[in-house]
Amino acid sequence: MNIVVCVKYVPDAQSDRSFRDSDRTVDRDGVDGLLSELDEYAVEEALKIVEAAGEGEVTVLTVGPEAAANAIKKALQMGADRGVHVEDEAIHGSDAAATSLVLAEAVRKATGGTPELVMTGMSSTDGVMGVVPAMLAERLGLPQVTYASELTVGEGTVTIRRDGDTASETIEASLPALVSVTDQINEPRYPSFKGIMAAKKKPVEQWGLADLGIDTSQVGLDAAWTSVVSVTKRPPRAQGQIVADEGDGGSRLAEFLAGQKFI
Amino acid sequence: MFELSQDHEDFREVVRDFATQAVEPHVAKWDRAHHFPTELVPQMGGLGLFGLVVPEAYGGSLEDADGGAFTSLCIAIEELGRVDQSIGITLSAGVGLGINPILTYGTDAQKERFLPDLVAGRALAGFGLTEPDAGSDAGATRTKAVLEDGQWVVDGAKAFITNSGTEITSVVTVTARTGTDPEGRAEISAIMIPSGTAGFTVEAPYDKLGWNISDTHGLSFSGCRVPEDHLLGARGHGFRQFLKTLDDGRIAISALALGLITRMREEATAYATSRTAFGRPIGANQGVAFPIADLAVMEENARLVTYRAAWLKDEQEAGRRSVAEVKQAAAVAKLYTSEAAVAATRIATQVFGGNGFMEEYPVARFYRDAKILEIGEGTSEVQRMVIAKGLGLPTA
Repeated sequence: MNIVVCVKYVPDAQSDRSFRDSDRTVDRDGVDGLLSELDEYAVEEALKIVEAAGEGEVTVLTVGPEAAANAIKKALQMGADRGVHVEDEAIHGSDAAATSLVLAEAVRKATGGTPELVMTGMSSTDGVMGVVPAMLAERLGLPQVTYASELTVGEGTVTIRRDGDTASETIEASLPALVSVTDQINEPRYPSFKGIMAAKKKPVEQWGLADLGIDTSQVGLDAAWTSVVSVTKRPPRAQGQIVADEGDGGSRLAEFLAGQKFI
Repeated sequence: MFELSQDHEDFREVVRDFATQAVEPHVAKWDRAHHFPTELVPQMGGLGLFGLVVPEAYGGSLEDADGGAFTSLCIAIEELGRVDQSIGITLSAGVGLGINPILTYGTDAQKERFLPDLVAGRALAGFGLTEPDAGSDAGATRTKAVLEDGQWVVDGAKAFITNSGTEITSVVTVTARTGTDPEGRAEISAIMIPSGTAGFTVEAPYDKLGWNISDTHGLSFSGCRVPEDHLLGARGHGFRQFLKTLDDGRIAISALALGLITRMREEATAYATSRTAFGRPIGANQGVAFPIADLAVMEENARLVTYRAAWLKDEQEAGRRSVAEVKQAAAVAKLYTSEAAVAATRIATQVFGGNGFMEEYPVARFYRDAKILEIGEGTSEVQRMVIAKGLGLPTA
């Protein structure tokens, strides 16, 4: 089975993140980035499926600026077979709808129009909207099977377990399909030394919007259905309140908690 | 000229991620419990760490390394050592003392039997040279092995043997007297003793100052019998074979020390920036800032001597440098970095003040772990002996 995994290059959550003053988009230049941790689960699951089947290829697809090549590189080091990097200045500032359009055309092109299984993480770790998998499935006309905590590929079908607050559902869909996976599905591997060296020889295709037949007016900030009007940095956390116990510590603690509506 | 290749840096990033995510969160707990995390070994094997210098035929990646295999190993040891010294030495000893002698001197059958599991991290191996009464004076070895009915009968004791008593230790290679050479000197040979062999006892773990996560035991042998084909390398070559592995081991210890110094510089800088006294960060005082500047100087120097020695080793493997050059560079690197490491932990704990004395902060663990760097794989005094000899100075 051939699998396309869509991944995102995101700012490292551990470093200081900021927004550009000019257009209020996430500043991706000034910070270290990495393959979104939530997408690593999708890469790992795809590798496991192909390894278990003993045949097939994992293609890892990303849409993003030049540095996003690092997300592909990491996935290739983990074991994916080839990469597709869609990069075009016009894409900057695209909303989820436009992103899903670019991804959909890229998936079509990468699979000759007939994807077998498309996989994604459950959301990005920077935007955290979680809507791209559903939009992508819709654009590709595929069953959308989201939030898989367990995945089994059968004869022409895919079965997942989706864990909710009150119940776990088992959902089956016909293939081809799009599946998004949660961080409960597996434990992503670290690349091995062999994997790092092998990744250098794996093919990565570079496509622009023109290669995908997408007009620049369909993407980017101007095409976005929503816009970020203002950005305010979260104020630093205020100092905690220290109560000296003068025999009435218990009741003062209760007062504090009641005042904050905790009790 | 003064930077590692992109491949090496990519590899460093992966090992750092692993060390930060899979090791760091647990080390304080493991250190307190003196717990050896067996489950970590196959994970390290999965990253290919034990196979960096091993050919593909035994599960390694030597052929992929573009001639920089030993440098890759040093990077892995440095990055693990930056998070925890015990985990770093587990890798260093696992490869240098466990795998290397078998790889270098073993027969095809011995290699096929032991190496695949060792490379995958399913097993660990140890090397027993040191004895209660014989350290750097390895000629004083008392453990003996007598060939009897096609079997080596081993009697004696070994001390301070790393990775010798873990749940997955598969074999320990020991040096033993197997006779006397024509000049009347002890004939020393190396013999492989699989774990569980009758007459082979792994003593209780040592109570150490540091390296609490690392597995270290004394070993004793009493009428311990192994088949004749468990001889490793040529009979009578045991000591010579071991001396060759020492040079590599010294560079590996330098990498371990470098990881420690780097961490001390990072910890001290962060603490001196965030901790305030008298209304300003303590790092604003020269009395605190200057020793931290010294840490950066130590780190830089340690990095240069370590990776130059590692590069020389890789070049020597390719036949472009001499063994003598590597030996000298290894002793220089080991001496400098281990002494700097001890000094670095002293500086870092001082910057931390009272907190530096508390196990709550990692600098205390590194302070305890540093001292052994000046002792293991040849003490600082032995390094000076080697260096002086390399300069052609008269010997005693």
